[in-house]
Amino acid sequence: MAQMNMIQAINSAMDVMMERDPTVIVLGQDVGYFGGVFRCTEGLQRKYGEHRVLDAPIAEGGIVGSAIGIGVNGLRPVAEIQFADYIYPGFDQIVSELARLRYRSGGEQSSPVTIRTPCGGGIRGGQTHSQSPEAIFTHISGIKTVMPSNPYDAKGLLISAIESNDPVVFFEPKRIYNGPFDGDPDKPAVPWTTHPKGEVPRDYYTVPLDKADVVRSGSQLSIITYGTLVHVAQSAAEQAGVDADIIDVRTLAPLDVETLVKSVQKTGRCLIAHEATRFSGFGAELSATIQENCFWHLEAPIERVAGWDTPYPHAFEWQYFPGQKRMIAGINRVMSHG
Amino acid sequence: MANPSRLHIPHPAARPGEKPDFSSLKLSPAGAAERPDPRTATSDMEHLAHDLVRVLDDEHRAQGPWNPHLEAPELQVALRQMMLTRTLDDRMHRMQRQGRISFYVKCLGEEAVSIGQGMALEPKDMLFPSYRNQGLYILRGTGLVNMMSQCLSNTRDMCKGRQLPVMYHNQEGRIFSISGNLGTQYPQAVGWAMASAIKGEDHVAAAWVGDGSTAEADFHHGLTFAAVYQAPVILNVVNNQWAISTFQGFAGGEQRSFAARGLGLGIPGIRVDGNDLLAVYSVTRWAAERARKSRGPTLIELVTYRAGAHSTSDDPSRYRPKEEWAAFPLGDPIERLKQHLITEGHWTEDKHAALEQDLKDRVTAAWKEACKYGTMSDGPQLDPREMFDDVYEELTPQLAAQRAEMLALED
Repeated sequence: MAQMNMIQAINSAMDVMMERDPTVIVLGQDVGYFGGVFRCTEGLQRKYGEHRVLDAPIAEGGIVGSAIGIGVNGLRPVAEIQFADYIYPGFDQIVSELARLRYRSGGEQSSPVTIRTPCGGGIRGGQTHSQSPEAIFTHISGIKTVMPSNPYDAKGLLISAIESNDPVVFFEPKRIYNGPFDGDPDKPAVPWTTHPKGEVPRDYYTVPLDKADVVRSGSQLSIITYGTLVHVAQSAAEQAGVDADIIDVRTLAPLDVETLVKSVQKTGRCLIAHEATRFSGFGAELSATIQENCFWHLEAPIERVAGWDTPYPHAFEWQYFPGQKRMIAGINRVMSHG
Repeated sequence: MANPSRLHIPHPAARPGEKPDFSSLKLSPAGAAERPDPRTATSDMEHLAHDLVRVLDDEHRAQGPWNPHLEAPELQVALRQMMLTRTLDDRMHRMQRQGRISFYVKCLGEEAVSIGQGMALEPKDMLFPSYRNQGLYILRGTGLVNMMSQCLSNTRDMCKGRQLPVMYHNQEGRIFSISGNLGTQYPQAVGWAMASAIKGEDHVAAAWVGDGSTAEADFHHGLTFAAVYQAPVILNVVNNQWAISTFQGFAGGEQRSFAARGLGLGIPGIRVDGNDLLAVYSVTRWAAERARKSRGPTLIELVTYRAGAHSTSDDPSRYRPKEEWAAFPLGDPIERLKQHLITEGHWTEDKHAALEQDLKDRVTAAWKEACKYGTMSDGPQLDPREMFDDVYEELTPQLAAQRAEMLALED
């Protein structure tokens, strides 16, 4: 075991896989010589060479498009899109090509591309470096959508993503790259070294792509969340004095419905939280799923806590971010019924 | 106001009712274009992007340095495959008109592109076609019955009923699944070629788009990545003058040739008579040799004419003169190769007529066989349960539940 932050864990996942499988290659802007703007690919090019860690032209459509061809030719590409906010020029290649190749070819052709991309705000990134577009990808049949909330899961999930023969879009909440963040920007930053999930094996292991994680077991309320807000939810529930089941969805699509339903049937109350904008956010799908499966167990309307339906503003980052206050208010609302 | 800026709106030379005019199409005499060594630097052969490589002259003789000197049997195979392509197209077009299939795309007048280029490549080279490259599938042994079954979405359909007619693939024959979205195959082909080079293999990739699709970002992404990594790829632009009703001027063809699109990136561009099978074959061999010698990508513009409608959903008489094909200076690729073979004493009108009949019979027999695997109205039908397969490698619980829901309603 080693102490790793999320960047080191993600780096280790790629390192382990490149070592084990000579077909794994990495490509993206700044990922080679420089090691990535967030350092996730640091040292990989030195270790595996320029033919396996490729600096790419600044064209996301070209990165995804060429990765598809690389995958069709028997290699296993891990493509980095430098910010999730930049993924849109590659969107057609993801939606119309990568996601549907297996289906449209009757199962005869496919490309096992993993797309890694940092997402989320809380880093003073303004509206072009803070977005959480995961819901858009969960709407696409044929790709898996993943977002880890800690170093241990990040490494295990990324290894599973690389090994998956299905394409995976892997979102990395960059606010928690260096440490868990409970939603209070005025507190001093906390490193991963103080967190149990900062303990990461150096070697190969996997975290399955079809299982949500029960982060905390409780009896009064189910909080269903993922990414940065897992940590906000834990802190908020504690402050609100509510004994909450906290569920980290981890893989948004395909969704582990069973774990979510079991929890809400037990607690009878449900709060759904994500950083992305609320309207048509992934919370809408979660809410519908809970309603369909747990209606007769619910003692209160399902609550949602999410980013406002605005672009991510630079100056009002902490008014925008669904932090402690909003989370506690949401908890109080859902607990006040009955 | 002095010299105000003015918006330029491109216009084709002729609209319905007007006289066809190809005077702006730059031609070179057969045999006139130089054939540089494939290792020549791009900067020393930029003129190839503006010349027109032609081998067959007006007397049907092969001329000049690009003559590939193919043996008569090979040329006869090429003629046969082009004729088979046209016969298949004709049959499937009529089947669509009779309501037997939902949609079809012919490549009438462009047969030399797929047949000439396909014959010039090696079996292990990977092809990324557009939807008007059916000749590639014919050449690589896809089989008429399989192609027709795909168009019928029947029980033998390689796509399991998931794709519009003509969106074939051939995994064994190394042909990539046709998307239907335009130009997406360009960066994919480049990626495939990059992987070939990373693995130290000798195989090249080839991709095709039309003149209209060169306006798509994917075209430019493909060229950039190909240039940056010097990928062993052949990037083809089939300039058939028309993208539905959008003439090639709306893709920028008025200002400069499509072959010249690569020059800014240092990719050699070469413009070829797309209706001259010998020239098409020769230029493609040359580009493949460059790719295999680590000289990187080549951009080939094949100048041809879309003689038919864009698809069965299109009516070109509404936007271009009916006589335009007859006025197209590069003629009909099948007729030109036929006359060449006759002139050289390797073919006769009688043989041609007999082959035409034989191909018709084969296509008819293939259609009858394909229909045994089911048609849109009768015979065996695909199992709708398969609709949920291949979304992912394994069926997800959600898809399994939806399949069960569908089946419960059907009982």
